[in-house]
Amino acid sequence: MAVGIETKGLKAWFGSNQALHGIDLQVAAGLATAIIGPSGCGKSTFVRCLNRMHETVLDARVAGEIRVGELNVYSIPAVSLRRRVGMVFQKPNPFPTMSIYDNVAAGLKLNGIGNRSELEEIVERSLQQAALWDEVKDSLKKKSGASLSGGQQQRLCIARALALDPEVLLMDEPASALDPISTSKIEELIFELKSRYTIVIVTHNMQQAGRVADYTAFFLAGALIEFDKTEKIFTTPYDRRTEDYITGRFG
Amino acid sequence: MSSSTIALRRRAADYGATAISYIAALVVLAPLVAILSYLLMKGATSSNLAFFTEIPKPVGEAGGGMANAIGGSLLILGIASAIGIPVGVGTGVYLAEIARSGIGRGIRFLTDVLNGVPSIVIGLAAYSLVVIRQKHFSAISGGIALGAMMIPTIARATEEMLKLVPLSVREAALGLGIPQWRTTLSITLRSALPGIITGIMLAFSRVAGETAPLLFTAFGNAFWNWDPRQPTAALPLQIFVYAISPFEDWHRKAWAGALVLVAIIMVSVFAVRWVASRGTFKGTS
Repeated sequence: MAVGIETKGLKAWFGSNQALHGIDLQVAAGLATAIIGPSGCGKSTFVRCLNRMHETVLDARVAGEIRVGELNVYSIPAVSLRRRVGMVFQKPNPFPTMSIYDNVAAGLKLNGIGNRSELEEIVERSLQQAALWDEVKDSLKKKSGASLSGGQQQRLCIARALALDPEVLLMDEPASALDPISTSKIEELIFELKSRYTIVIVTHNMQQAGRVADYTAFFLAGALIEFDKTEKIFTTPYDRRTEDYITGRFG
Repeated sequence: MSSSTIALRRRAADYGATAISYIAALVVLAPLVAILSYLLMKGATSSNLAFFTEIPKPVGEAGGGMANAIGGSLLILGIASAIGIPVGVGTGVYLAEIARSGIGRGIRFLTDVLNGVPSIVIGLAAYSLVVIRQKHFSAISGGIALGAMMIPTIARATEEMLKLVPLSVREAALGLGIPQWRTTLSITLRSALPGIITGIMLAFSRVAGETAPLLFTAFGNAFWNWDPRQPTAALPLQIFVYAISPFEDWHRKAWAGALVLVAIIMVSVFAVRWVASRGTFKGTS
């Protein structure tokens, strides 16, 4: 079941350097929301706060409120939260020593969930959802996850995240390291997945935000400048700075 | 200068550099090949079945072997590995994954110091800490001395190899809600395993030939002994005693012992590598 996300006064620091200055944002359930903005504006830090990955960095701090559905993310252990709020990273990062099968099953296996037949089923379903099944079904346990192409690796990472059946899927520039064809495959995938999962996607690519996202948030220097329907942001933005960014006057 | 003379100079420099690296490799390999082939020649002609099955005969009698020393060496090395590998790998994991800068620097410095301590001093330490308390020499005190010598090499190798595992792999694991300890055990250590094994085998090979730390710990024994609390024969000790003896027969046995020692090291290295390489994928990244 997809659920919404709500942040109130979310602030984040790296040491003494403040990266987010009080973000209030409501992400709708079962839709894709894009986070856009120039480099260093806090987009990645924002999504990394949502599954509490931010706090794994040395000297990092967070303040404010984050809710996933009804759940206060600080009321449960971070590892439990991360099983419900999955993440796909900028650079494809399959586990290099594991087979394709083990990569997808890793989240379940290493958390001690599921027996063998359940795992087989979940791995197949996740790979199908990630549109990778047909390409790898004959070499599931024979080939290393790292032997796939970059685009396949990223879909493998998506399958790996989906195997835990999360409620939310966070994607931190998931296509920025990929070629145009792989990118369009990932975008199609996001389009299909958003009916089942709430998706938050950080992107540098404004066309990509326009293609896949229902809502778009524009960040600048650690602040949320504008948040609205994607169409509205790209056609009639309310804020001058949003317009400047979208029309390429800076960033 | 014309373009052809530049090309000529570049090619000459290329040939020169290649030749230098070939020569360097040859300089390293020559003594190794020389020692190994001499050892093989001398050792193979001196070893027979009795060498592997019998214990030493009394002075002056012909025949006998070093079976007890081979067994004793395996026992002592087993004890050393049981101490050195877990402590070394554990220290390396602590340094790479957990330690904050201050304590980590301290431990790193101490392992470097331990690495530089002469082996005879390690033997003395084991003597005063274990042998004196036990009131007699033993395999276990020898194992402790050798185990302590394995720790720094294994700890530093583990630390360096873990640091080479990209942050992105750790993040992938944490992002899946896998607890830190599980991530370290099943993913980070697994990725770094080939390098860690190299470190372990380096440490193992180094201590397998150590004689000094065993002189007043394992002490040596002319008879069979499998009790780790009792004095035990070891190949390096036996080789040492036989090689400086006045008997031609003992000299030959010392050669055979040296060959067996090298064989034990090589077989263990290959066996461990083979076991560790099964079931892993040679990833491209």
